[in-house]
Amino acid sequence: MKKIYVNEKWCLGCHLCEYNCAFAATGEKNMALALKDKKIYPKVRVEDNGKIMYAVSCRHCDDPICVKSCISGALSKEDGVVKIDKNKCIGCLTCVLVCPYGALVQDGNSAVTKCELCTDNSCGEPACVRGCPNNAICFEER
Amino acid sequence: MKKYVIIGGGIASLGCIDGIRANDTDGTITLICGEDALPYSRPLISYYLEDKTTMEKMNYRSEEFYKSSGVDIKRGVKAEKIEGSIVICDNGEKIPFDKLLVAAGSSPFVPPIAGAESVKNKFTFMTEEDTLALEKAAKKDSEVLIIGAGLIGLKCAEGLKARVKKITVCDLADRVLSSILDKECAALVEEKLKENGINLMLSDSAESFCGNTAKMKSGKTVDFDILVMAVGVRPNTGLLKDIGADVNRGVLVNDKMETTAENIYAAGDLVESRDISSGTDKIMAILPNAYMGGFCAGSNMAGAEKTFDNQIPMNSIGFFGYHIMTAGSYDGELYEEKSGDSVKKLFIKDNHLAGFIFLGDAVEKAGIYTSLIRNKTPLDTIDFETIKKFPSLLPFSCEYRRKNLGGVL
Amino acid sequence: MAINYIYPEFEVIRNDARCIRCQVCERQCANEVHRLDEKRNVMLSDETKCVDCHRCVSLCPTKALKIVNHDCRFRENANWSNETIKEIYKQADSGGVLLSSMGNPKPLPVYWDKILINASQVTNPSIDPLREPMETKVFLGKKPDKIERDKDGKIMCKTPPQLELSMPVMFSAMSYGSISYNAHESLARAARELGIYYNTGEGGLHEDFYVYGENTIVQVASGRFGVYKDYLEAGAAVEIKMGQGAKPGIGGHLPGTKIVGDVSKTRMIPEGSDAISPAPHHDIYSIEDLRQLVFSLKEATEYKKPIIVKVAAVHNIAAIASGIARSGADIIAIDGFRGGTGAAPTRIRDNVGIPIELALASVDKRLRDEGIRNNVSLVVGGSIRSAADVVKAIALGADACYVATAALIAIGCHLCRTCQSGKCNWGIATQKPELVKRLNPDIGYKRLVNLMTAWKHEIKELMGGMGINSIEALRGNRLMLRGVGLNGKELEILGISHAGE
Repeated sequence: MKKIYVNEKWCLGCHLCEYNCAFAATGEKNMALALKDKKIYPKVRVEDNGKIMYAVSCRHCDDPICVKSCISGALSKEDGVVKIDKNKCIGCLTCVLVCPYGALVQDGNSAVTKCELCTDNSCGEPACVRGCPNNAICFEER
Repeated sequence: MKKYVIIGGGIASLGCIDGIRANDTDGTITLICGEDALPYSRPLISYYLEDKTTMEKMNYRSEEFYKSSGVDIKRGVKAEKIEGSIVICDNGEKIPFDKLLVAAGSSPFVPPIAGAESVKNKFTFMTEEDTLALEKAAKKDSEVLIIGAGLIGLKCAEGLKARVKKITVCDLADRVLSSILDKECAALVEEKLKENGINLMLSDSAESFCGNTAKMKSGKTVDFDILVMAVGVRPNTGLLKDIGADVNRGVLVNDKMETTAENIYAAGDLVESRDISSGTDKIMAILPNAYMGGFCAGSNMAGAEKTFDNQIPMNSIGFFGYHIMTAGSYDGELYEEKSGDSVKKLFIKDNHLAGFIFLGDAVEKAGIYTSLIRNKTPLDTIDFETIKKFPSLLPFSCEYRRKNLGGVL
Repeated sequence: MAINYIYPEFEVIRNDARCIRCQVCERQCANEVHRLDEKRNVMLSDETKCVDCHRCVSLCPTKALKIVNHDCRFRENANWSNETIKEIYKQADSGGVLLSSMGNPKPLPVYWDKILINASQVTNPSIDPLREPMETKVFLGKKPDKIERDKDGKIMCKTPPQLELSMPVMFSAMSYGSISYNAHESLARAARELGIYYNTGEGGLHEDFYVYGENTIVQVASGRFGVYKDYLEAGAAVEIKMGQGAKPGIGGHLPGTKIVGDVSKTRMIPEGSDAISPAPHHDIYSIEDLRQLVFSLKEATEYKKPIIVKVAAVHNIAAIASGIARSGADIIAIDGFRGGTGAAPTRIRDNVGIPIELALASVDKRLRDEGIRNNVSLVVGGSIRSAADVVKAIALGADACYVATAALIAIGCHLCRTCQSGKCNWGIATQKPELVKRLNPDIGYKRLVNLMTAWKHEIKELMGGMGINSIEALRGNRLMLRGVGLNGKELEILGISHAGE
């Protein structure tokens, strides 16, 4: 199962992954049109203390506690990907309360959003990986 | 081929089905649901009133799931008693089992109040049936009195808000959500509730009813069209008590979710288990624990060896867009940050995070703190000074991040 | 406050309709040009700090940025150019020598661009490199003058030590210190994959890179930094650096602030001490002295490794090369006046030395005339920019080329020419860890391999066009070249005819 891994050694903390992620979610063709003057809710987020930096997104845990905790049945794991059905999500944030990685985020629209490895858009491969200028995020089998 | 029987149509039962099927694809599973509906999420009923979900969406799983998992659901059937290795139902059916899960949940507690019989529109708020009845009764000009400013009472108030004219919530406690919030945090929540038009009467409750008027302990009177009793719940321990299993306030289970009765497991809102954040045994009637307890029970019923030994009380709840998250116990040294209506309180005891209360924007990435509590992470093994301000994985060891995120410098 | 006479050289143009305030530009600019004013939600630019390195332009996800020359100019004057006036202001401010980086940017003639390559038509068919085998392999080192046979009449194959190159290109000397660890790793890994060589420069060899020893040329320069037995033994060849094209006649100076951590360890000098490479080797005042060093190094490496002597292309380069060819050296490397540098005094870089094309032609001719061409191989550098430059250099008489600037461009260098600041936004000419990490060698080495692979294809196509299927057969084949727009003297020195002749 291919997963996203981050490499602290090469992460530059440039935050491009966040914007590529947010852009991919819009389905638009032009990033400026898609994101200009919009607050973004990226599903990958950079953590950076000036020395160490890396991008965190859903780990698609073997035993995902978010799925087990979801009160609305919106979260599920299919084919190795933890997915969220936004139609079902009522934004209680129980998943945010339990995720040990802080990988689930509010989508600004009273639901929760999360990385689905870009299976939920037309990117083909994860946008964060494709847009990373330094191969600090990779999508591979390990 | 093993015969599994599950009593109860809640999330613990679904956890159990998943647990069984992860280990045994052959055995038969019979699910005895007291309600006619497919297993659904009870915490969603208030969202139904708010029009944020539908009865169909509230179902955890599709009908197809039960078919494909080989679960025989008996809907609208109540288990009346357990005799040996047979469950006897209210329709007379006798269902034999090799392994039994009792996940009968809890029922609303309705305290005896003088004159209650004279109230016409009187509801509890726990089931789909309650919800549909309440939906029907709620009119644009209705005035609602909710007794109990706990999670159920307040969610009910939020759910009904747009449907009715006036809502009053009263509670004997001096604050809302007294089981999970301190006075200061509760005050902020009360503020939000009031801003959104919910009337609160705290340290006060109905002493008696006379038709559609409640006489309060304070001497005030409240007129209402609809009364909702949301004082609390009681675990449905009867089935197990009757066969002599150990029951305290809730059913006692070990960390494999076994009751003291042979081949009988229990999970969900009726069990009493160890809160590792405080070291005490209590009923932690929350959905995640129910699922995980059910899953653990199901796995063990099917012969696997699973334990569920890191339970803590935790809640994530919001009112009118204002989020509240709490976990663990509020014991120990307090670290707090406040800005505007966002509050962060961490309780640190013996080199461990014991619990927290977050309000407003402070809820982001709360799971990082929750996992510190659940994993009993010694705080001197991480950079707690940093993490207490900013939840992230930075304060963890390289090794932790290497394992969980991939490559590390 | 004194008047600031120095205006920004560049202007940052931001297309605000495209800018999404992602602040990637701000985070990526080590010069701190960009800044978001959060309150007003505007991006501000401090253009006085901009070096036109294009890191922001490249990474801007909406392509909202461009950097243009500032059009605020001093009054036009054909004699006193903007540049000249600015330099005077700078020196009047600082009282110091002006410093620059990378190669001479002045509009002096580029002879490569005035030389054209021949192709076969009708009588001498061209060769299709996709169908026919083409040999780009070269061997560098002293060649035997004649075929010798043993008493049984069999050819004696014992030759002096040679470097085998899959194509006639090597990465020239750049020290660890002047460029980053990751740049070095990129070069080393690429050299290994390509079957060519990279060069340590005078910075010693980081312990991590001993594994690439078979593809490494270790340099011994006037400061002797990092030189010891293991170092000499680690490389495939040893290069004595007498001079460098960007700054002939002067030494080097890596300030103590850059001598930190591994750089200090690798150079074998204390942290914080200035690394001063003297202008001359203090033990070399004659060809005889050079011969002593050549043979000391041969002794130290048991005559197993070729010794390269690298000199800058200067006025009497032919005579110098003739001397070196008699010193026992196996390879002469000549660095033209456009060669790059991590830091050089501007006046030296822009005014000292001669073009490599002329130097190469005259050296090759001189060595042939003296019958000592086979004593040595010739490697030329100092702005080899493309496969065409390589082919022209070979036809002028070189055995192989050294490339450095092109290699750095391949891994991201934008020739902003401010290496001396140590704040290379591309992670190349810097030792700041947060900048060094911007160059991931996994990407860098691949880009170098790509570039050289592309060049190799082009070299084969150019060779095929000329009907030549072995690069060795092109060497010194000046009939394949013609000049355009060159005067008689230039053509004479280059030893080529004018186009149309």
